[in-house]
Amino acid sequence: MSKLEISLYRYNPEKDKFPYMKTYNVDKPSRDIMILDLLHLLKESDESISYRRSCREGVCGSDGMSINGKNGLACITPISSVLKGNKIELRPLPGLPVIRDLVVDMSEFYAQYEKIKPFLQNDTTAPEQERLQSPADRDKLDGLYECILCACCSTSCPSFWWNPDKFVGPAALLQAYRFLADTRDLSTDERLEDLSDPFSVYRCHGIMNCVSVCPKSLNPNKAIGEIKSMLLKNKKNIIASERA
Amino acid sequence: MHKYNSSNIKTLEFDALIIGGGGSGMRASLELAKSGLKTAVVSKVFPTRSHTVSAQGGITCAIQSADPNDDWRWHMYDTVKGADFIGDQDAIEYMCSEGPKAVFELEHMGLPFSRFDNGRIYQRPFGGQSKDFGKGGQAARTCAAADRTGHALLHTLYQNNIKEGSNFLNEWFAVDLVKNSKNEVTGVIAFSIESGEVAYLKAQATVLATGGAGRIYASTTNALINTGDGLGMALRSGFPAQDMEMWQFHPTGIYGAGSLVTEGCRGEGGYLVNADGERFMERYAPNVKDLAGRDVVARSMVLEILEGRGCGENKDHVFLKLDHLGADVLNAKLPGICELSRTFAHVDPIYEPIPVIPTCHYMMGGTPTNVNGQAFQRLDNKDLTIPGLYAAGEAACVSVHGANRLGGNSLLDLVVFGRATGKHIQEEIKSGGGVESSSASDVDESLERLNKLNESSSGYQTAEVKRQLQTCMQNYFGVFRRGEFMKKGVEELKEIREKTDNLFVADKSAAFNTNRVEALELQNLLEVAEATAIAALERNESRGAHARDDYPDRDDENWLCHSMYDPKTKTLSKREVNFSPNQVDPFPPAVRSY
Ligand SMILES: Cc1cc2nc3c(=O)[nH]c(=O)nc-3n(C[C@H](O)[C@H](O)[C@H](O)COP(=O)(O)OP(=O)(O)OC[C@H]3O[C@@H](n4cnc5c(N)ncnc54)[C@H](O)[C@@H]3O)c2cc1C
Ligand code: SF4
Ligand code: SF4
Ligand code: FES
Repeated sequence: MSKLEISLYRYNPEKDKFPYMKTYNVDKPSRDIMILDLLHLLKESDESISYRRSCREGVCGSDGMSINGKNGLACITPISSVLKGNKIELRPLPGLPVIRDLVVDMSEFYAQYEKIKPFLQNDTTAPEQERLQSPADRDKLDGLYECILCACCSTSCPSFWWNPDKFVGPAALLQAYRFLADTRDLSTDERLEDLSDPFSVYRCHGIMNCVSVCPKSLNPNKAIGEIKSMLLKNKKNIIASERA
Repeated sequence: MHKYNSSNIKTLEFDALIIGGGGSGMRASLELAKSGLKTAVVSKVFPTRSHTVSAQGGITCAIQSADPNDDWRWHMYDTVKGADFIGDQDAIEYMCSEGPKAVFELEHMGLPFSRFDNGRIYQRPFGGQSKDFGKGGQAARTCAAADRTGHALLHTLYQNNIKEGSNFLNEWFAVDLVKNSKNEVTGVIAFSIESGEVAYLKAQATVLATGGAGRIYASTTNALINTGDGLGMALRSGFPAQDMEMWQFHPTGIYGAGSLVTEGCRGEGGYLVNADGERFMERYAPNVKDLAGRDVVARSMVLEILEGRGCGENKDHVFLKLDHLGADVLNAKLPGICELSRTFAHVDPIYEPIPVIPTCHYMMGGTPTNVNGQAFQRLDNKDLTIPGLYAAGEAACVSVHGANRLGGNSLLDLVVFGRATGKHIQEEIKSGGGVESSSASDVDESLERLNKLNESSSGYQTAEVKRQLQTCMQNYFGVFRRGEFMKKGVEELKEIREKTDNLFVADKSAAFNTNRVEALELQNLLEVAEATAIAALERNESRGAHARDDYPDRDDENWLCHSMYDPKTKTLSKREVNFSPNQVDPFPPAVRSY
């Protein structure tokens, strides 16, 4: 029976001065299992291994990690899709402080999300029933609202690594655009104003890592492009109105 | 590892404490955030990682969009019938009549519902839905955001909690309730998973919004975190659980993986076939076929398999056929399903059928509450509310689902009763209601379980005991049940309790110690499993999801009632069902056919 060689990032703040890579050799499972299942197997023999998980089907965003060098969700990544020879390397998402093993501190990531005011703003009196929205307008939210906040994109983005406090990052920008694109939201101008500084949006240099890693096949780069053109248009409108 | 006691841990004080950041918890907290009361939401995972995120098909409610003549009373009728007549009709009436308001509120908060051409919320047909009290044919009453309604709902609620400035204790694990000498609940012991710091979270009102416990079974659609912690805590504190024998097996879990394929697939026109390619539901439910109640469909599938018409090499599953709907419909209405079945079943539903099998899905039972979310126990055959304790969502049993929940009714339950609970707590606290403080020794008592696990130096391994528990439940308390087997199961559970009482937590570190968390969760699973087993063995009839080989018929004379499980004596008693709605005539029990 062939073996798998799994190299796992280990760090326990109470015991280890520095993180290290530990190698586990296990029999290759007879069927193609997910990376998360593999972690469960390892954890049965070494209960000290720590990682987050919840839904085990790619909808909750708990188990983003670096799998053979690429960010992804452990629960929907089959071993066969990442295997290099017989080797698998598992590391925490890059760029965020590590709490323990594969668990990272996501505070910075969540803070950026909160910063873009991720909630519908509409001060008009709500009708007795729902606010109407045409299917075409609703379609504009597809590819945006499905984000599961897994942070795979932002933690693969070099601009986010360098300025996690100032560059909003692909995930939060995708959500910023989700509300800009919603016909029911009336705070477009304020939202754009909040994003108009040189860092929030403009640090994105179109490196596209975010697009290639998103496990939900979303496209933050495209959303960022839309925001940039809205910002540009807004600027022109302001200049035009100042001239008038 | 030092031993925790009331003097070496922190006390954090709140007006209201909500254990759970799923749909029910966050709907309750939203109500409280606006009230000025000091509130905290405690969740063992970041809120958007809660199980509500997995809900697919939608939220059922008579908002009169698909059908301008739809009526909440028809929804009520369907729910009463679906529940096989042991749902409380006052609670069902409340849910169905308040529902539209709660759904419109979600839309106003920004939930991205799918839409009809006229701009109104999209509604799809689900099983067990009818017009005109069962006489007007299939209704389409489930409001949907594609097949990601739970995700849309949970994120919308989280977003609005950010807007209102709610206070979250994320990745904190609640261990046990704290009670004072009057048996009132004064908060919980909890710890930060990240740092290991233990605290007494003291509150005037504690809400259990901890979700379901599907992980008592080996095969389940539920998230790994669905371990019934709230119910475990309540049972350990001596508080009862209601209707624990009632577990819904969803007809369409993906064979081998357990992931759910929404009933919305059949709502959109998909259907089940056996190895002969026969659409077998035509035989079992000639009128509504694949959209009969979930319990009916699940049993029909198992019968097909038992009679040798199962699919695959081992003839142990059936197929869900969707390809005839065409790529456009599937991509627009069921994109998440296509994704899941490609990942977990290795089939593309646009071209091939999905292999499916009935899979544990939903806990109809739970901590008994009234429509205000107040938990109660029984004294002299009367309900007696437990001061300080509330429950909402899947952890609670109001009971709107009775013996079988209708699709889309859980999400509605979460928002209607989450909201009602939040409102009631406000009234209660603002009018001076509250509980007396607990003593130091009360707090110490609630720390015992945690201390014991921390101090363990030998014992059983969590993963292994969990497997035994899940296998036992799967074998003896599944879709079909029989007295002699269940007796065996109850005996096995006694042995398993020996083991869960003596688990070995090898990892003693403070930070993100999942070994400790999983051991604590397993002890909760055991409490839930035991309540389930004893209730299932005692209910000598077949009703809704509870199907017994040895008692194949419904027995209204003896069992038109709730079951109340008392953890102190491990016995079952009966509680009358509410047949007194306020605005309509009650629906009397009738033969349940589809
Ligand atoms: C796959 C799937 C699809 C579904 N689809 C639908 C559908 O389409 N329509 C429908 O109506 N219903 C559906 N359901 C059912 C519905 O999703 C659930 O019943 C509902 O989401 C439960 O919500 P809740 O708020 O009660 O709990 P959950 O969302 O499960 O949240 C529980 C919360 O409690 C917290 N918690 C638990 N224990 C502890 C502890 N010890 N300490 C601290 N925090 C704790 C968790 O962190 C979590 O935040 C579906 C269920 C499944 C499994
Ligand atoms: S496209 Fe922009 S946001 Fe995406 S990875 Fe590149 S720099 Fe980051
Ligand atoms: S955009 Fe994609 S990768 Fe980024 S957080 Fe959302 S789901 Fe994850
Ligand atoms: S465990 Fe939920 S996304 Fe992987």
